[in-house]
This record gives sequence, structure tokens and C-alpha cells, in this order.
Amino acid sequence: MTTAATTVGAGPGRSPARRAAAWLHRHRWLRLGLLLLLPLLWLGVVYLGSLFFLFINAFWSTDPFTSQVVREFTLDNFETLLSGAVYRTVTIRTIAFAVAVTATCIVLAYPIAFYMAKVASVRMRGVLAVAVLMPLWASYLIKAYSWRLILSDGGVLDWLLAPFGLKGPGFGDIAMWLVFTYLWLPYMILPIYAGLERIPDSLLEASADLGGHAWTTFRRVILPMSTPAVIAGSIFTFALTLGDYIVPGLVSTSQFIGNVIVINVAQDLPLAAAYSLVPLAIILIYLVVARRLGAFNAL
Amino acid sequence: MTLGRGTRLTLRIATAVVLVFIYVPLTLVVIYAFNESGTSAWPPSGFTLDWVKAALDNTGLQQAFLTSVVVALCATVVAMILGALASLAVARYSFFGRETVSFVLVLAIALPGVVTGMALSTALAWFHIPLGFFTIVVGHATFCIVLVYNNAIARLRRISSSFEEASADLGADAFQTFRFVTFPALRSAFVAGGLLAFALSFDEVIVTIFMAGGVKTLPIWIFQSFRLANQVPLVNVAGLVAILLSVIPVYLATRLSGGVVGARG
Repeated sequence: MTTAATTVGAGPGRSPARRAAAWLHRHRWLRLGLLLLLPLLWLGVVYLGSLFFLFINAFWSTDPFTSQVVREFTLDNFETLLSGAVYRTVTIRTIAFAVAVTATCIVLAYPIAFYMAKVASVRMRGVLAVAVLMPLWASYLIKAYSWRLILSDGGVLDWLLAPFGLKGPGFGDIAMWLVFTYLWLPYMILPIYAGLERIPDSLLEASADLGGHAWTTFRRVILPMSTPAVIAGSIFTFALTLGDYIVPGLVSTSQFIGNVIVINVAQDLPLAAAYSLVPLAIILIYLVVARRLGAFNAL
Repeated sequence: MTLGRGTRLTLRIATAVVLVFIYVPLTLVVIYAFNESGTSAWPPSGFTLDWVKAALDNTGLQQAFLTSVVVALCATVVAMILGALASLAVARYSFFGRETVSFVLVLAIALPGVVTGMALSTALAWFHIPLGFFTIVVGHATFCIVLVYNNAIARLRRISSSFEEASADLGADAFQTFRFVTFPALRSAFVAGGLLAFALSFDEVIVTIFMAGGVKTLPIWIFQSFRLANQVPLVNVAGLVAILLSVIPVYLATRLSGGVVGARG
């Protein structure tokens, strides 16, 4: 670069940096190339390259006797995934939880987001926003683990319910649903809050002036306008639940897609690769639909 | 907005319930860190600082904490460099494939961690690259780039490129313009993105498990300790520290941006 800079013939006495800058200024594409070189190398080679290997691996197989990967094209993995009752159950369970957790998060998040954006004073709004944001920075594992303290045998919930002659749900599906809802709730509150805040108050006044009751205004103005934000939030809650394999092991004995993948990484890499294409495909479809519904502008 | 008293009250109660739901579990972790019995039985049997001392003396925990800090620092530096370069290119140039660049960046964080982890580990297995510190950094940096990128590009779109043109007209070269015009305007967004990247890397476990080999980051240490009855009380202390530390980035982020929305992209 320095030699090239000298041949361009910048005036004498100018520093090499200055000459390089002048040269770069005349070569727009080179400037762009230099900016993009490293990010493209990383994303294109490391990331997309890895996804490519994942894809290729999915069509290979593992020799059951030698445990070596056989590099020949086969659809066996997908046949196993489709015909194996276990894989079907796990897939359906994972999706069902992702949907249930997303729905619960919407129900819990909307009222608080609405209160923050449209009812609370400006000061209160700031306090609540920080209160909702802070747990996002606290350790994910610790947050999941805190529910072990609550739900374990003889834990807090059992103690609370004991006077009523009841017992907590213990570890299992309900525990998993609670923990996921707990973990991802802020990811739903914050986009909905941001979305509601963007709706100008003048629109709500206009609706009231035109005779719309609070409920009508909510149903016909606020709800449609905040839907993209809800969908944006759902991308987080849905994708994060779909790809999780820590929580199921912590508070239940059920398995998620992720658990089956992790177990198979060492034993049968091609099968694990094929199985990980399932959440990949689901998320891609989800993203395409979310984009159609305008969720990307609400992020 | 004009709402009935009943509606207001309902909203207030719903807000309070959600806040209780969010903060009770975190409070419990703090309480258990000082619980004498060291089990999850409630109520606590008594107050003790033994677990805090034991945690501070635990070399495995110290080592894991240190590893996590170094990994997060390395991943953040890579993410900040690549994120800044990509954001400058996308915001200030139009070129074929520009949309694709931002799409791939978003993909890296939108895809479930288990997919990213699997993808990277198949590639590493193919090239027989041993797992360890280096591979963790690579994994973390990959999904951290977008955090820096998102923050930087949002800022770049707000600051008009006419300032940069004015700087050039006044005789500044490309480096000077970047140093005296673009970078100062970008700095706080850049730092906020770096902060997010650091926090995410420090806390990450889903991809890390695929990348770690035998290296133990703090989340991996915590994860493995769940199964060891004698280490569970130390997990409470680690949790206490994590909760206390989480105040710092929130404070910095609110100071920096004036806005609070945007953790993890």
C-alpha cells in the first residue's frame, strides 16, 4: 500500500498516513473493500462456512461399528428423525413449549409494558424500564437455578403452600414452563414497551374525540399498532426456548431438541447435525413470517 | 390516555405482580448465599458468611471467573472491530449484497445457540481444530458482532454524512475525519455495544459448551456445580456476585445512551 501511495505522487513532505488517505480517497471501492474484508472473512468463512459444514454433515452417516463418520451422501439421518417416535415427541414437545412460553410472556408482558408506556409518569417509566432491564444482565444460569431453590422438595413454594395443605409442582413440565417464562419475560416486555411508546398520544386522543371508548381505542388503534412489537418480542421468546438445552436438564427430566443434539455430538455427529437443521428451519420460517408482519421494524 | 379507575388499578396490580415475579427468585439467591444449612430447604437455618469465604477461596471458581473475563474481553475486542467496520461499510456505502451482510449478522444471533454451536463444532471437527480457549472466543465473537453493529449503525444513520463531507472539504483526510468527526459521534454507541457484547459473552453457556473442550468459563463451572452437592452453596455465592455485578452495566448503559432498551440485540 505504501509503495502504491508513493507512485500516485502525493506532494513531498506529506506524511505517509496522509498520502495513504489521499490514495484511499480516490479509490472508493478499495476503501469499501478494506472496511468489509475482515467482517466478511469472519461471517462468510467462519460463520457461513460452519453452517455449510453443518448442512453437509447432515447428509453423512456414522459407521455403527467404528463410530467413524462415513462421508457418503445419505438421507438416513432424516429417515431416522422422521420415523423415530422419540425424535417426533421431542420435536413436538420443544415446539409446544416454545409456543406456550411465548403466549405466557405476551400475557404477562403486555399489561406492564402498557402501564410503563401510557400510564406511568415519566420518572416512574424510567425506574420501571431499569427494573425490567436489570435481570437481563444477571446470569442466565443463576436465574434458572433460582427456581430450583423455589421448586425443590421442601423449598420455598412447598413452605408457602403447606398451610393450605398443598404442595408445589416440583420439577417437571410446569417447572420448565415457569423457568422459561421467567427467563425470557424481559425480552418480551422491552419491545412491547418500545412499540407502545412509539404510538403518539394524539392518535389516542383523536380516537377518543371521535367517540371511541378506551376499550374501542385499545382494540382498534393500540392493539393493531403494537402487534409488530409483540411479534418482535416473540422472536426472542420463541427462538430462545426452541434452542435451549440447559433448563430442561435443570428442572425436569424431559428432553428438548437441544438435549438430543448435545448427546449425539460425540456419538453420532451427522445425526446431531441433521437434527439441528430442524430448529434452524423452524426459526427461518418464523423470521420470514415475522418480517412479513412488520416485526423487523419494531426491533 | 384516559382510563377508568378500575383499569388503572388493574394495570398497577399487574405491573406489581410481574415485578414480584421478576425479583423474588433473585432475592432468594441472595438470601441462600448466606444460608447456614447449604441446602435448598426453606426457611434458612441461620446466617453465615462461610459460603462466601469458601467461594472466595475456591481456586476452581477463581480460575473460571478469570477465564470468563479474559474470554469476554477477547470476544468483545474482536466484535468491536468487526462490528464497527461492518457498520461503517453498510451505513456509508451502497454495494451489491449490502442487505445480505446485515441479514447474516442478525442470523448469527437469531439462530438458536444450539444451531450455532453445532455448526461451529462440525467445522472444527472437520479441520481437527482442538477445542479450548481460542474456539470459545471465536464462538462468542461470532454472535457478539451484531450487538456492536446494531448500536453503531443506529447511530451512524442518525448522524448525517454531511459532517464527514464538511470535514473533507475543510481539508481533513479520511483518517482525520474518522478520528475527529465520525468516531467521537460514534463513541458512546460503540461502547454501549461493547458492553452488551462483554455481558453476553461473560454469561454465555449454550454455545460455550460446544466450544470449550476442557476449559471452564464461569457459566460452565456453575453448570457443572449443580450436580455436585458440596458445591451448590458456592453457586449461591456466585449468583450473589453475578447479581451485584449486573448493576454496573445497567448503570453504565443508562448513563451512556439515555435509553435502556436493547440487551442482546
